[in-house]
Amino acid sequence: MALLEVRDLTVVFQRKGEEPFRAVDGVSFDVEPGQTVGLVGESGCGKSVTSLAIMGLLPKRGAKITGTVSYDGTDLLKLSDREMRDRRGRDLGMVFQDPLSSLNPVVPIGLQVTEVLERHRGMPRKEAMIEAKDLLDKVGIPDPNRRLKEYPHQLSGGMRQRALIAIALACRPKLLIADEPTTALDVTIQAQILSLMKELVQDLGTALVMITHDLGVVAGLCDEVNVLYGGKVVEKAMRHKLFAEPRHPYTHGLLASIPRLDAAPGEKLTPIRGSVADNIPWTSACAFAPRCPNALDVCRAETPAEVEKLGRLLRCHNPVVPGTPAAEEVPV
Amino acid sequence: MLRYTIRRLIQLVGVVLVLSMLLFAWLRLLPGGPVSALLGERATPESREALTKQLGLDQPIFVQYFKFLGRAATGDFGVSTGVQPGDSALDIFLQRFPATIELSFFAIVIAIAVGVPLGYLAAKRRGGWFDNLSVVGSLIGVAVPVFFLAYLLKDVASSSLGLPSQGRQDAIDATRVTGFFTLDGLITGEFDATLNALEHLILPAIALATIPFAVIFRITRAAVLDVLDEDFVRTAEAKGLTAPVIRRRHVLRNAMLPVVTTIGLQTGALLSGAVLTEKVFSFAGVGQALAIGFERRDYPVLLLLIIMATIVYVVVNLLVDLSYALIDPRIRTR
Repeated sequence: MALLEVRDLTVVFQRKGEEPFRAVDGVSFDVEPGQTVGLVGESGCGKSVTSLAIMGLLPKRGAKITGTVSYDGTDLLKLSDREMRDRRGRDLGMVFQDPLSSLNPVVPIGLQVTEVLERHRGMPRKEAMIEAKDLLDKVGIPDPNRRLKEYPHQLSGGMRQRALIAIALACRPKLLIADEPTTALDVTIQAQILSLMKELVQDLGTALVMITHDLGVVAGLCDEVNVLYGGKVVEKAMRHKLFAEPRHPYTHGLLASIPRLDAAPGEKLTPIRGSVADNIPWTSACAFAPRCPNALDVCRAETPAEVEKLGRLLRCHNPVVPGTPAAEEVPV
Repeated sequence: MLRYTIRRLIQLVGVVLVLSMLLFAWLRLLPGGPVSALLGERATPESREALTKQLGLDQPIFVQYFKFLGRAATGDFGVSTGVQPGDSALDIFLQRFPATIELSFFAIVIAIAVGVPLGYLAAKRRGGWFDNLSVVGSLIGVAVPVFFLAYLLKDVASSSLGLPSQGRQDAIDATRVTGFFTLDGLITGEFDATLNALEHLILPAIALATIPFAVIFRITRAAVLDVLDEDFVRTAEAKGLTAPVIRRRHVLRNAMLPVVTTIGLQTGALLSGAVLTEKVFSFAGVGQALAIGFERRDYPVLLLLIIMATIVYVVVNLLVDLSYALIDPRIRTR
């Protein structure tokens, strides 16, 4: 049985006097123990909302969540606030995007690590401090004894993210969710953090849900990849298969838009036209149709159904034929 | 930190000197004067002249000022002409200052003890009925004049609750040590004296607390709303920490900086509020002395009390600045 089974997860934001907004629309995916699964898409596709819904961190008021999120057989969405509080940080850890703003500026790093150990493992402060030192050591923070007493502003960006990873993994959760953990970091630090995460999840046998817009991150880390667009999974496949043979025009476009080092000087980049609409028409039509080079009349009329074939899930009326080169250049 | 404190204290000396000069001139510019106040309008020119000479007011103002400075250096701040004629200004200050400090202290404690928790709760339930109700309530707190509320408390609350509404303590035989009546009782073991002084403090302290309470409430609410949106609060939630730990360690600790600033600024408002409150409750403090002093043009008492009030204000705000460093490590380690 999978460690995490997300089925038909739907999140609708409803504000007074405004149209309901369907941020996540029937997302399903599995995470096996120890597996790394990617959720990929551009800003606004629903990937962060998906992760917050799994963690139970969406506001109670204004967000309607349906579907099931079963962790080890328990539906997390049915748990009470208190039961979910007991699980967060113990069974599920999370690493966020901006390491500076994600750490409390007025609390020493040490306490920010030990408080989670005190909470879930019942350790006394002293014992927790020793464990915290080991944890900082494990995530590659030099001189951990000194760092424990320091405050977030005294650490570099990379070290802050290492500290957050240490916090998220402090109680050895079976599942770690990382929401764009490298986006706010320098490129060289990004690589270090990614290899650290890869090493840690392998050592600890932790399953990882990696949320990113960066296909480079996916290529280096993920076993299976879910491509999200407009709150829906539009293509899902194992990483190699997806990279070798993208079928959804959106996936194809994402891969084609990666700048290549071997391109001739002066060669133009290949972007995907347009941007994510603020309010995608949810009733009918494929959400990607307005930006799709392959769009047919049927795409604008009805939502494509989910089709699973040969280990690939696809939601498209007119998929890209394997072997098609990148779409023609389009004026930006 | 120490150097900073010393520099600020040296600045304080300059502030006091300049202020004393301005006050000295300004008080003498007020219409009337101690002579008219003491002798009334029908006094003969001869007796007026004699008193003017006796008080030294016939000399040029800068001569008066330097004489004052010279005497002040030896601890002689002159003799009261209006508040308690014949008493030295210093004695009046020593009698009355503890009363106002006591009153202001209790007022600010009430304002913080009610304002901070209510501000937190209102922010937590933003837009709910509790939030709306307390925001309106705090508006009323700011809008209602202190003297109106003071009279209301004095006339209605004191009779229905059986609390005293006059003075600092009943005429009981209490030993005086520091001049702080609540403290004296604790030191000498006369706990009934402390209790009696506290009963006298409750109503004026509540009247004085309304405005600082309303301001502290609103600032706390705004600061907590800001902090609740911060990423680190979400991190704390993602750790599964219990609600009290998140509230104390992650929300309130970060929201305290603007609140502490406000508390410092409100000490100034407290002193002006004390003038009205003390008058209504016949509370023999600095505020009451200032009110009487202005009516009767008591130059020495006014000068000393206003300068001491300024020193308190500057010192409280210095303490506030120093407390930033305690709250926020980013200031401490810079």
